[in-house]
Amino acid sequence: MHKRIDKEKFISLIKDGMTLMVGGFLTNGTPETLIDWTLESSKSNLTIICNDGGYPDKGVGKLIQAGRVSKLIASHIGTNPTAGELMQSNQMEVILVPQGTLAEQIRAGGAGLGGILTETGKGTVVELNKKLIEVKGITYLLEEPLKADIALIGGAITDKYGNLRYVATTRNFNPIMALAATTVVAEVYEIKDFLDPEIIITPHPLVDYIVVGENHG
Amino acid sequence: MDEKQVIASRVALELKPGNLVNLGIGIPSMVSEYVNKDQEITFQAENGIIGLGPYLTEDTLTVNASGLKASIAEGGAFIDSLTSFSLIRGGHIDVTVLGALEVDEDGSIASWIIPGKKVPGMGGAMDLVMGSKKVIIAMTHSNRGKAKIVKKCSLPLTAFKQANLIVTEMCVIEVCEEGLHLREVHPEFSVEDVIHATDAELIINEVLPMKGI
Repeated sequence: MHKRIDKEKFISLIKDGMTLMVGGFLTNGTPETLIDWTLESSKSNLTIICNDGGYPDKGVGKLIQAGRVSKLIASHIGTNPTAGELMQSNQMEVILVPQGTLAEQIRAGGAGLGGILTETGKGTVVELNKKLIEVKGITYLLEEPLKADIALIGGAITDKYGNLRYVATTRNFNPIMALAATTVVAEVYEIKDFLDPEIIITPHPLVDYIVVGENHG
Repeated sequence: MDEKQVIASRVALELKPGNLVNLGIGIPSMVSEYVNKDQEITFQAENGIIGLGPYLTEDTLTVNASGLKASIAEGGAFIDSLTSFSLIRGGHIDVTVLGALEVDEDGSIASWIIPGKKVPGMGGAMDLVMGSKKVIIAMTHSNRGKAKIVKKCSLPLTAFKQANLIVTEMCVIEVCEEGLHLREVHPEFSVEDVIHATDAELIINEVLPMKGI
């Protein structure tokens, strides 16, 4: 399996100040081994795009806890009190985004779209500093695309080509993030000889590197 | 029944056979306990389940939108976040039930932040209340004596003018263009009790006893 890499190679991919997309929903489907290795890389000033702030000892929460994250773009940080404290004390910038908008922004980034128009957030603080665009009599907020330098994908099972299917609810943000980053690393539970083409969610050309997980959370 | 059970069981009566329903955390999540299986109601969990089954304690990679171990019902499907929120934003969810910190006379909802105190984030709530066909607020009537049904929300909004029905342990209120109609009152309370516990102006015509009690 030529896409398979080890810890040393993975660590060489992470640089200071990078933007990382991390799959998972409250750490379900988050690649914990890749988070551990990112911690070991000692790189900091990271921007993390993830559904949520994880937990202090799990998921992206481990990077937040270690002070490696300067900016977090997420829909929810309620399960990680540290994220809230760092936000209140201005030690970490937190941009809270409605979950559907976050998914669509990532999709726009991955699909080459200039943004998406949505009514979500109208009349709320989400509307502040956003461009409003009227289409067929309805006013929408323009939400801009999101992209990343690297996407850390979890919850997957692969074949020898790097095709991915996902297990149960681990799918969540993973397939959309696999489209929106320059480099895509997938942590998998296992490498199978064959995956049925009808159940593949993320096709192999999107996946640059495969890591077989050591920490399943 | 305690007040949470009163609220959850009354909300359950609003669900129609065949509905696709999203339940928020807390009291809303209890609504499924009062739904009969033959009603063929499908519950969605926005993290990626159509057809949410009961909670589980055994090891599984299936979780609900609270991150708790869950199961998928027979006939259910796993979907990604984009498909999940396309269902939500595209008007495919019949009913969304969520809690709130405040609801006002316009049907505006505040549920996601207490500035300076608690900043959990909106999660999927803003999408759900904007995109669902019917929005039911399921919450206790007041918070330690402080009214939650108010003239105008003082906390940052989750959405402007999106609530359709408010169910509390005291009453059922319908949000209409002209204001808040008091429709049903729990037999343990009087209309005056409800007025007393509510800051918002209530429109009172015909008031029935709370259904299902």
